[in-house]
Amino acid sequence: MALKDHTNKPLEYQTLQSQMNILGFWIFIGAEIVLFGTLFAIYGVLGNRYAGGPTPQDIFVIRDVVIQTLLLLTSSFTVGIVIWAMRNNNLKTLIFWQIITLLLGIGFLVMEINEFIHYVNAGATLQTSAFLSSMYALLGMHGAHVTLGIGWGTGLIFQLLKRGITRETATKTHIFSLYWHFLDVVWIFVFTFVYLGGLV
Amino acid sequence: MVDIKWDRIIVTGEPLITMAMITMILTVLGVVIALTYFKKWKWLWREWLTTVDHKRIGIMYIILGLVMFVRGGIDALMMRAQTAVPENTFLSAQHYAEVFTTHGTIMILFMAMPVLIGLMNIVMPLQIGARDVAFPHMNAISFWLTTAGALLFNISFIVGGSPDAGWTMYFPLAGKEFSPGVGNTYYFVAVQIAGFGTLMSAINFTVTIMKMRTKGMTLFRMPMFTWTTLISSLIMIIAFPVFTIALLAATLDRVYGAHFFTLSGGGLDMLWNNLFWIWAHPEVYIVILPAFGMISEVVATFSKKKLFGYHSMVWAIIVISVLSMIVWVHHFYTMGVGPVVNSIFSITTLLVAVPTGIKMFNWLFTMRKGRIQFTVPMMWALAFIPTFLIGGVTGVMLGMAAADFHYHNTMFLIAHFHYTLVGGVVYAVFAAFGYWWPKVFGFRLSEKIGKWHFWLFNIGFNVTFFPMFFAGLDGAVRRAYTYSPDASYAPLMFISFIGTLFIAAGVIAFVWNVIWSIKNREKLACGHDPWDARTLEWATASPVPEYNFAILPEVDQIDSYWYAKKRNENFALKKEDIKPIHLPNNSGQPFIMGIIMFFAGLFFVFELHIPAFIASGCFFFMMLLRSFTSYDEGRYVNPEEVAKKETSWREVS
Repeated sequence: MALKDHTNKPLEYQTLQSQMNILGFWIFIGAEIVLFGTLFAIYGVLGNRYAGGPTPQDIFVIRDVVIQTLLLLTSSFTVGIVIWAMRNNNLKTLIFWQIITLLLGIGFLVMEINEFIHYVNAGATLQTSAFLSSMYALLGMHGAHVTLGIGWGTGLIFQLLKRGITRETATKTHIFSLYWHFLDVVWIFVFTFVYLGGLV
Repeated sequence: MVDIKWDRIIVTGEPLITMAMITMILTVLGVVIALTYFKKWKWLWREWLTTVDHKRIGIMYIILGLVMFVRGGIDALMMRAQTAVPENTFLSAQHYAEVFTTHGTIMILFMAMPVLIGLMNIVMPLQIGARDVAFPHMNAISFWLTTAGALLFNISFIVGGSPDAGWTMYFPLAGKEFSPGVGNTYYFVAVQIAGFGTLMSAINFTVTIMKMRTKGMTLFRMPMFTWTTLISSLIMIIAFPVFTIALLAATLDRVYGAHFFTLSGGGLDMLWNNLFWIWAHPEVYIVILPAFGMISEVVATFSKKKLFGYHSMVWAIIVISVLSMIVWVHHFYTMGVGPVVNSIFSITTLLVAVPTGIKMFNWLFTMRKGRIQFTVPMMWALAFIPTFLIGGVTGVMLGMAAADFHYHNTMFLIAHFHYTLVGGVVYAVFAAFGYWWPKVFGFRLSEKIGKWHFWLFNIGFNVTFFPMFFAGLDGAVRRAYTYSPDASYAPLMFISFIGTLFIAAGVIAFVWNVIWSIKNREKLACGHDPWDARTLEWATASPVPEYNFAILPEVDQIDSYWYAKKRNENFALKKEDIKPIHLPNNSGQPFIMGIIMFFAGLFFVFELHIPAFIASGCFFFMMLLRSFTSYDEGRYVNPEEVAKKETSWREVS
């Protein structure tokens, strides 16, 4: 691993290893697109097979979903501020906005869990119908990604506090922001195809 | 949902399974005793279990693949023995179903994939002049996850019961309604775990090839094997996530009562078929493309000629990779989706023959007017061409939708894909073993025993599978554990059984070759470049030192090393040019992650939800731990040491 330095580039692109980590993560996001694409395809096929169970109109509460969407979209903006602070080498601002990002993520997650509880109470479980199986799989996969992201982002804060903004931590923060933006993009499709599509 | 018979968790009552169990226990005991007796535990841990060196990981992958090859091979022998004569009672219908299921799964996922990824690991970084893969630590995690998956899959037949719905796991048969035990859950969980490892390998290889090529190594100067590694990896990245989701959905169906593929609750069983083959068709191209790469290297080296039509070879594999994604329906024309869809998929399927044909002709033209050396690897490559051609041509027959209704799920199909996967992948892998063995270990395999291996296996293979074409046309269906004495194909089935004995003898000759050659390694010792080869992996010592290259080589054309040799270039090294070489430190984390994943999988299979979630939590903790310990700076190999090692193949002054 030649540690060639590219000092004219942003901190997170200065070593070959950093560049490879970022490229590797972009490729991973490519795989994730296929992963979620498959879930959307399954939902597309099974999404109207209610088997006598609840339909989207019966269970979706659009007000809550809009709040979830706002929380997550805002967190995508704040994680942008994180990168801006990182480029300005401002650790305090970085950590502040990272915490805000994670709090918004937690808010989203809490609402999603409440949403699931509401569905289950309404008699819409994973076992009810193909529509609900595919819906839970899609939403659950996204929610699991957000959960993982919150754990990851929290771990990152401790690393940043300990080491400051270095080539390594900058690379990690950059990759985390890619991941977080990606989850947002997925959510936009979820919102459009599952919720809006279901209520049309 | 849980209907596990805890008092009968260990499968008993089948003498064959009991025998296998005893053999397994004795083998494990033997290994443990040997390791303790020779005081090798520390060595095993330090040199192998914690290694992040791509060459060692590659060797471990290949060992895993070979062990699985034996397991899958024994399954195959049992199947052929059962069907050798009509109305045989050697295996019961249930046992036969288990055996063909594990044979298929193991041979594709736990034999072909590990062996190929192992060879990619060993050879690809050397061919592009790199010191390791992009993510050595992740490489080790890939390996240990694959191993965890393989282990989990293999214990199924003694702990809880084997999968029995075919390697394709079609629903509704594979669902809880028709297969209530834990057997088929094993498949979904074990393959999922191995699949994570494969996806990580694919990302690793792609980044390595994109970013770590040595100076002057443009994409169109890369050796063919590296090209096929790249394209195979890209297919893995696109195809595997589909399977991840399909397996997850199937697991949710089986373990949590969801309705993706069930008959009740609005599920669609044919959705599984589609998802499965959207992955599995690209999957067979994932395994055949590296085989094409190996054949290209071997044919060019032993013809003493540049690979004919290099650019067309590269474009052919790219076109094949695209076509691999749009042919999946040809596995179930009989689904009844209508003539228009079937016609489209028929055409895309037939199109695959075009780029593959280009490759065939290019290999032949590479040999034309070459100075062919009939070494054992070259013999395998020569046998590959007609065998794979038969596989390809019968594939075209199967690809024609209207005709396929006649061959669908007959032995004709079995013969076809064994001609491509054995005649294609296994032949290429045997060629590659012989070809790269000296690079990895510093001595050759015996040519004499190698020829025995070659002829026994080759004759055996054709005697086994050629009759199946005719048996299939006569109406023999696949996966039938027995047939009537009146069946016209009964003699063909017997011939087929005789063939498998020759294959077994061939494999024994191969094992014997390895053992004999290791014993006589002094006599078989060879230099760093025994074949007078063309690509960069031969431009360093054999066995390859841990740092791969003392100084990263530079290239200015395809087969640069070969032309440098022809120019009588001096590869002598000046001591002052050697800089300290940076290498990553070993780590025990990947091994521990493998163990955790094995237990998480086992708990999921037995629907022990709380332990399963605790084990998964431990896995995520390991990921976090890795994040916190990733600041490890690694170590440096001192130039003195490098200079000493380099003297084994070149002057150091």
